[in-house]
Amino acid sequence: MNPKKNDAKRNIHTISMLVANKPGVLVRIAHVFARRGYNIDSLVVSPAYNPRYSRMTTTAQGDPETLEQIIKQVNKLVDVIHAAEHTGEDSVHIELALVKVKFTATTKSIFSKLAKKFHARVIDETADTLIIEQAGTTEKLDEMEALMKKYSVVEMVRTGKIVMARGVSET
Amino acid sequence: MKNKKSLMTGAEVIIKCLEAQGVDILFGLPGGSVIPIFDALVESKMKLVLVRHEQGATHMADGYARATGKTGVVVVTSGPGATNTVTGIMTAMMDSVPMVLLTGQTITPMLGKDAFQEADTFGITMPIVKHSYLVKDTNELPRIISEAFHIANSGRPGPVLIDLPKNVSAGLFTGKSLKQKMDIPGYKAVPKPGTRDIKKMAKMFKGAKKPLLLVGQGAVISQADKEVRAFAEKLQSPVVNTLLGKGAFPETHPLSLGMVGMHGTAYANKALINCDLICSIGSRWDDRINSNNDEFCIGAKKLHIDIDSAEINKVVKPDAIVIGDAKSALQELIKYVNTLNTEEWLKEIEYYKKEFPLKIDMDKGLNPPYIIDTLYQLTRGKAIVVTDVGQHQMWAAQFYKSDHIRNWLSSGGAGTMGYGFPAAVGAQFGRPKDTVVAIVGDGGFQMTAFELATVAIHKLPVKIIIMDNKFLGMVRQWQELFFDNRLSGVDLEGNPDFVKLAESYGIKGYHFNKISDTKKVLTAALKHNGPCLIHAEIIKEGNVFPMVPAGKSAYHMIIEPPKTRLEKPTGST
Ligand SMILES: Cc1ncc(C[n+]2csc(CCOP(=O)(O)OP(=O)(O)O)c2C)c(N)n1
Repeated sequence: MNPKKNDAKRNIHTISMLVANKPGVLVRIAHVFARRGYNIDSLVVSPAYNPRYSRMTTTAQGDPETLEQIIKQVNKLVDVIHAAEHTGEDSVHIELALVKVKFTATTKSIFSKLAKKFHARVIDETADTLIIEQAGTTEKLDEMEALMKKYSVVEMVRTGKIVMARGVSET
Repeated sequence: MKNKKSLMTGAEVIIKCLEAQGVDILFGLPGGSVIPIFDALVESKMKLVLVRHEQGATHMADGYARATGKTGVVVVTSGPGATNTVTGIMTAMMDSVPMVLLTGQTITPMLGKDAFQEADTFGITMPIVKHSYLVKDTNELPRIISEAFHIANSGRPGPVLIDLPKNVSAGLFTGKSLKQKMDIPGYKAVPKPGTRDIKKMAKMFKGAKKPLLLVGQGAVISQADKEVRAFAEKLQSPVVNTLLGKGAFPETHPLSLGMVGMHGTAYANKALINCDLICSIGSRWDDRINSNNDEFCIGAKKLHIDIDSAEINKVVKPDAIVIGDAKSALQELIKYVNTLNTEEWLKEIEYYKKEFPLKIDMDKGLNPPYIIDTLYQLTRGKAIVVTDVGQHQMWAAQFYKSDHIRNWLSSGGAGTMGYGFPAAVGAQFGRPKDTVVAIVGDGGFQMTAFELATVAIHKLPVKIIIMDNKFLGMVRQWQELFFDNRLSGVDLEGNPDFVKLAESYGIKGYHFNKISDTKKVLTAALKHNGPCLIHAEIIKEGNVFPMVPAGKSAYHMIIEPPKTRLEKPTGST
């Protein structure tokens, strides 16, 4: 599935920001979104390759015009080195999920099969639960989630999307 | 120990750095957390203006900045001192005014522990500053102060706040030098207008028969007055200005149509709806001019010159853009444009001017248009006019024509009542030799009137004209026109005797309520050597026209008082 098409349909945008690693930066950025009534769906913050900076990747839902304004306003922040929207064509998108399931004698093999199908792996096992780790596109994560939900899912944690520009250009 | 003695405190470093920035005046009020800074100030040649309320300090710094182009500086204490500056910061942000605020803060180990007079100033002000700092290390002060001044007064200017924990200003500076490099890789330097954009925009002018230039605050900030004039004259294009753009193009120039928008001149608004090309030079198509984007300059080509790329596409979708400051953009653009054939257009505009002039109605009694016009004559248009917010502001904008930048100060984007008088004080500090007149309403004046003390102490020759209609006039006008005259919360019963109020501060007061006394009183007041307050008791129920109802386009301009009730406005305010 082309992630770009899918996101466009749902009006989901992925924005990557390189920012100064300073207190308050996250709040400044969040203000820019919140003030315009834009909801942030996911947010990943971690040190950038250059340790002076942090990398923030966020997905948000809303109309493209407001988004254009948000990206410009974020770019204007003194602590932001640059911010840009990324689509599935110019970049690779990936997300990580941990899914905890409760198994019975019959469902254990079903979970293992499902995990295998999605290139996920079991990273923890107790007497009656498994934790399955899956990395992939948001869509693949959604798919596996939907299938597992038919059985007994205890909880799930997802990291939110990270992106990287393809080719020589930097994200 | 010996060594320690020779070290400077953070406060001393701050003072040295401010001096190095060329600061000669600070506006503020002390408190526990900034005592070290006030202490260090004793040794400095910089002038400290002690205000009566921190809001006053911000508007003074703002008025100083707008009148001089320099950065206004404010020093206040933590907690309530800092929160009292919020209105002034937001006012400066909305109108792109360069300001640096030093706010005291509790000591760093107490941050977040509800210490006495601790407020999260950094957090509270975040959405209304261009940038801000919470300083944690005394040794970083020189860098932070240079960055703050650089950011405040470059690009699109704005307020920058530095929150200073007391142990940072009282702590010792062990750094090597006060000259520290700035470190703001994310701050985009002023963009240079791109040649391709310039040429593309220049092409747009070709064949335009009804061009219109719209000049705003950006033209004032970049001091593009000469360039605007050369450009308009070369094109032979008429010019309208925003409220804040007054003076960027001489309003007495034959090509000027004065202010456009909600209470602009009828001829400016007629030009707006009839032009076939509009070029904004440092205006942001604000909703006082364009309160209905669907009907804004229908069919006209829209060109946009702005230093802030975030303004492009924000309101109007332009046909051509140039990103850069107004001055450099026009210096380039003028090379590529030719004189247009606008004879017909100028004739059409002459007709509008004749048919729909601004009117002074002398039948009902003492009225602001007449007072302002008289003031204009007496000062030969040369005074620095500072207004508050309301009807008087719009009348002043209409009747006090501005021919020079930095001679018109008014809170535009924020519309902050209480701005006018303290801003006039700041302007007078910055331009001691010029005549400064504050034109204020009886409502707004009372929001910051206590700064009369500041004026008295410094013997500042500010002239304050209070247009007293005993109403929150502009709101009353809306209630009359759009809400069946159901007056609610607009009666200013309880006003003081303004002359006595002035006199109680040792300031000369004048009072008049007759048309025939206007000239006499204004002449005396302008001659008076020192501050004075002029209490003009004007007719209570005057209305400002023309008026474009909020949410409507200029096509719906009301030129004369309407005879029937109007629909409730749909626009924001
Ligand atoms: C701080 C603030 N509060 C409220 C308003 C809303 N407001 C705009 S104009 C106005 C009336 C101003 O009355 P006055 O100062 O007497 O001036 P006038 O309109 O009568 O000339 C009011 C209340 C405002 N602009 N600012």
